[in-house]
Amino acid sequence: MCRKKRMKASVTVTLKPGILDTQGQAVRHALLSMNGRQITDVRVGKLIEIELDEDDEVAAMKIVTKMCDKLLANPVTEDYDIKLLK
Amino acid sequence: MKFAIIEFPGSNCDHDCHYAITGALGHQAEYVWYQENSLAGFDIVILPGGFSYGDYLRAGAIARFSPVMDAVAKFANEGGPVLGICNGFQILTEAGLLPGALMRNVSMKFVCKNIYIKTETSDSFLTHDIDKGEVLGVPVAHMEGRYVADQNTLESLEDDDRVLFRYCDPSGQPSDKTNPNGSIDNIAGVVSAGRNVAGMMPHPERVCEEIIGGVDGLKIFQSMISYLATV
Repeated sequence: MCRKKRMKASVTVTLKPGILDTQGQAVRHALLSMNGRQITDVRVGKLIEIELDEDDEVAAMKIVTKMCDKLLANPVTEDYDIKLLK
Repeated sequence: MKFAIIEFPGSNCDHDCHYAITGALGHQAEYVWYQENSLAGFDIVILPGGFSYGDYLRAGAIARFSPVMDAVAKFANEGGPVLGICNGFQILTEAGLLPGALMRNVSMKFVCKNIYIKTETSDSFLTHDIDKGEVLGVPVAHMEGRYVADQNTLESLEDDDRVLFRYCDPSGQPSDKTNPNGSIDNIAGVVSAGRNVAGMMPHPERVCEEIIGGVDGLKIFQSMISYLATV
């Protein structure tokens, strides 16, 4: 029997606290103009979905972590969070 | 003396750099395609401005994985002088060859205008012929030019005299008003700890002849040439 190897990684990249998010501020202004007076702050991040041919969670986490460190996030300005979905 | 000008998909200031070196100053320059993997025979490397890889993900993030970047890193690690202008500066920070990062302008607008920069040190291949404090008129044209770095990095840049230029007024005074993108401490250009890798957001190649608005950029290219003559 052939088992399909399939894993999906959902990577959320956000700006580090303290880094000014100009995009978030522009969105916040737009939301305020829609009468969202309760809104105190908005920060915009990125969601990157990756499909992997891998069924071992530890191995998948290792691969995606390396991708984040080298390309998907800039360590100077961004943090990332990885969620694996089988 | 031979300059390499790296061409990435989306570079668009490569010909201006080539003209500044060959047409305005009479030195040799050659384009090097991003898929090349050697920089043998070159004395100095320039990463020109543009929008490599459409600025996807982050400006400069994808270009750093081009085959030629291994050769650029090797050239830099062996002490060879490397200059990144605008998108080239962004690529060098993404590649970890320069500290900090370039973020979206604080105004959220593409800024394209003539501005002034104050030279902060003569101790670099880029400012070799320029006096500390000298003000140059050089244009900027970018969307992601806001220089950011953590406190430790900023302190080491200041302590080691590695800030090359700051945005200022025509008399050399830096202020928020003269800062086109919100860069921390008005930083417009920096040099590496080894003093052989430099990056700047303004475009010196665009002010190399009076007929196009000025010659202050020539001082930067001339500095590189006279620096190379000393090594």
